[in-house]
Amino acid sequence: MRITVASGKGGTGKTTVATSLAISLALNNPALPPLFLDCDVEAPNAHLFLKPAFKDKKDVSILIPSIDESKCTGCGRCADVCEYHAIAVLNNKVLVFPQLCHGCGSCTLICPTKAIREVPNVMGVLESGITPLDINFAHGIMNIGEPMAVPVIQQLKKWAAPQPGQVVIVDAPPGTSCPVVESARGADFLLLVTEPTPFGLHDLKLAAQVAKELGIPVGVIINREGIGNASVENFCETQGLPILMRIPYDLAIAKGTAQGQALPEIYPKYTLLFQQLFAEISRMVVHQ
Amino acid sequence: MKQLVILSGKGGTGKTSITAALAHLAHNDTIPLVLADADVDAANLELVLSPNVLEEHDFMGGKVANIDLEKCIGCGKCELVCRFDAINHQGRKYQVDPIACDGCSACVYQCPTNAISMELQLAGHWFKSETYYGPLFHAALRPAQENSGKLVTMVKQQARLLAMDANYPLLIVDGPPGIGCPVISTVSGADMALILTEPSLAGVHDMERALEMTHHFNVPAVVCINKFDVYLDGAIQIEEYCHKHNYEVIGRIPYDSSIIEAMINGEPVTAFRPESPASKEIHTVWQNIIQFMNLN
Amino acid sequence: MKIVLTVSSSSIDAEFDPRFGRCAYFLVMDTETMKWEAFQNPGINASGGAGTQAAQFIAQKKVAAVISGDFGPNASAALNAAGILMYRNKDSGSIQDIVKRFNAGELEKVDVPSASGSHH
Repeated sequence: MRITVASGKGGTGKTTVATSLAISLALNNPALPPLFLDCDVEAPNAHLFLKPAFKDKKDVSILIPSIDESKCTGCGRCADVCEYHAIAVLNNKVLVFPQLCHGCGSCTLICPTKAIREVPNVMGVLESGITPLDINFAHGIMNIGEPMAVPVIQQLKKWAAPQPGQVVIVDAPPGTSCPVVESARGADFLLLVTEPTPFGLHDLKLAAQVAKELGIPVGVIINREGIGNASVENFCETQGLPILMRIPYDLAIAKGTAQGQALPEIYPKYTLLFQQLFAEISRMVVHQ
Repeated sequence: MKQLVILSGKGGTGKTSITAALAHLAHNDTIPLVLADADVDAANLELVLSPNVLEEHDFMGGKVANIDLEKCIGCGKCELVCRFDAINHQGRKYQVDPIACDGCSACVYQCPTNAISMELQLAGHWFKSETYYGPLFHAALRPAQENSGKLVTMVKQQARLLAMDANYPLLIVDGPPGIGCPVISTVSGADMALILTEPSLAGVHDMERALEMTHHFNVPAVVCINKFDVYLDGAIQIEEYCHKHNYEVIGRIPYDSSIIEAMINGEPVTAFRPESPASKEIHTVWQNIIQFMNLN
Repeated sequence: MKIVLTVSSSSIDAEFDPRFGRCAYFLVMDTETMKWEAFQNPGINASGGAGTQAAQFIAQKKVAAVISGDFGPNASAALNAAGILMYRNKDSGSIQDIVKRFNAGELEKVDVPSASGSHH
């Protein structure tokens, strides 16, 4: 079972919910705690909540072209086929711009004199470890200045594979475009965390559409209930989006999460509440 | 013409609310400005500025490969060369997953029968609108699309061209969360970045990443702490980091429910409730921005 | 000598546009005859690689030098490879004023990349 926690709008509480869910599952099933993947590789935060002891590390790289000048004739075919303007041929000299390259290999294939070979270009790092509750934790950190999060997320998912029968909780980045899609791909269920405000509603609608595009069943958690109005709730009801949990706005929760505490650490009742949430999600997925 | 971009690293720190308030204060000070909402994934600035849309434009995003099955001979070369797991087959029928396709065109060039062509996708729309405070350029990316960086660039470019043509002294850009390509596109050409942070552990952590990014791209940055009183230890951590790395903290906004009430009312908080604690501090932030950017 | 200036519109009265790669037009001019022609920047909306696209575009025009406000590292590397000299203009003024300053050797010649970060 793979659950991805996403939102659309940033700051609604995805990481709070995802880590709380993981902790509750670990407490409920210490024989096989979940695998937690923090796919917000641009600004990863879940490690601040789950506090893993990092053990393994792996560079994330994509293959970029390297030109053998003795074989290069300056024909410019490589620059012609590059959709990303990552190769330029000027004055018979070939220039490669690594941060523009998507690693597609097209230039390497097209070169008529086989003057291009591919070399890895490091764009980030993957780290994994075990938390105090034995949760398997992994995240990716994209290097500053790198534009593309998707390759880092893809490699993270491949690198940190679950054991048979292990539940996977994925913490997605904010937004609705390719990094979120990559984080959600392969999930059995999409848990959308929102807040009861106009911005929350606007972005929830977009996130729900992403789920629809991907064909993944959806449930909603309303976080910080009480700070805004009922428009999110009304939207969920009219659209048939199940509201699976409501977390009230609470100063103790605000202060606790600010310090990296997940909900069960602030109010122990959330351990059971998240276990019940998981049971409900499992029921919904089976019924699909 | 000077460009101010509002960034954070972490989502939900209040960028959009602050951008709207700054637009209101600039307008009050008769500094004509152009606004751009660069968060094309989840564009919220329009919700508090009541824009009147003047122009709507299609935005053609990335290309997606399309296989002509009449010409396809089922050799499988396309699937072999695709680095993005975007081509698969059922029997002899080869097809492209449009969501996975990166638009690289490698398959087009490698196909022995020229059976593949690249098609531009309608990825979203961008708009030119007018608001009470000035022209607003914004966009909506269709959900699950890629190329948000390109659409951000389009929105900013349109805003910039208008600002230059019509001699506006100021362009304010409401940025997206994160540090990847949409944010890099937002930051490009900025004269100043205002990093809005919150005092949580996560907020501090992401602020540091955002500042590393503005430093990497040589954009001067200042910091503002929002909801600073929710976790004072975190606020102190931020002040210490900024002091150590020579960043000015130009505002400390207290947690104030007026911000959400203003949002529900569809207005900037400084217009909705000018005497609220948040509004008063945002005035200070604005005065500091005028100074730092030499706007007077 | 043929040079290029980055400008914001397609006339000789155009305003100088300081950002290479994102300018609206390239004005190609012969510094002796003052004959000129303006070309739309093909890479203006590219999400990345605007600088390299622009460099390749003007390289095809066979110019000896380019005057802009700033050159990013990708554009600098590409223009360098193409053998095109780069000059910075920081002052306001008409196209004619800027060309006069160039002819008088008053513009700053660029030797190293001016902005770090190579995505745009």
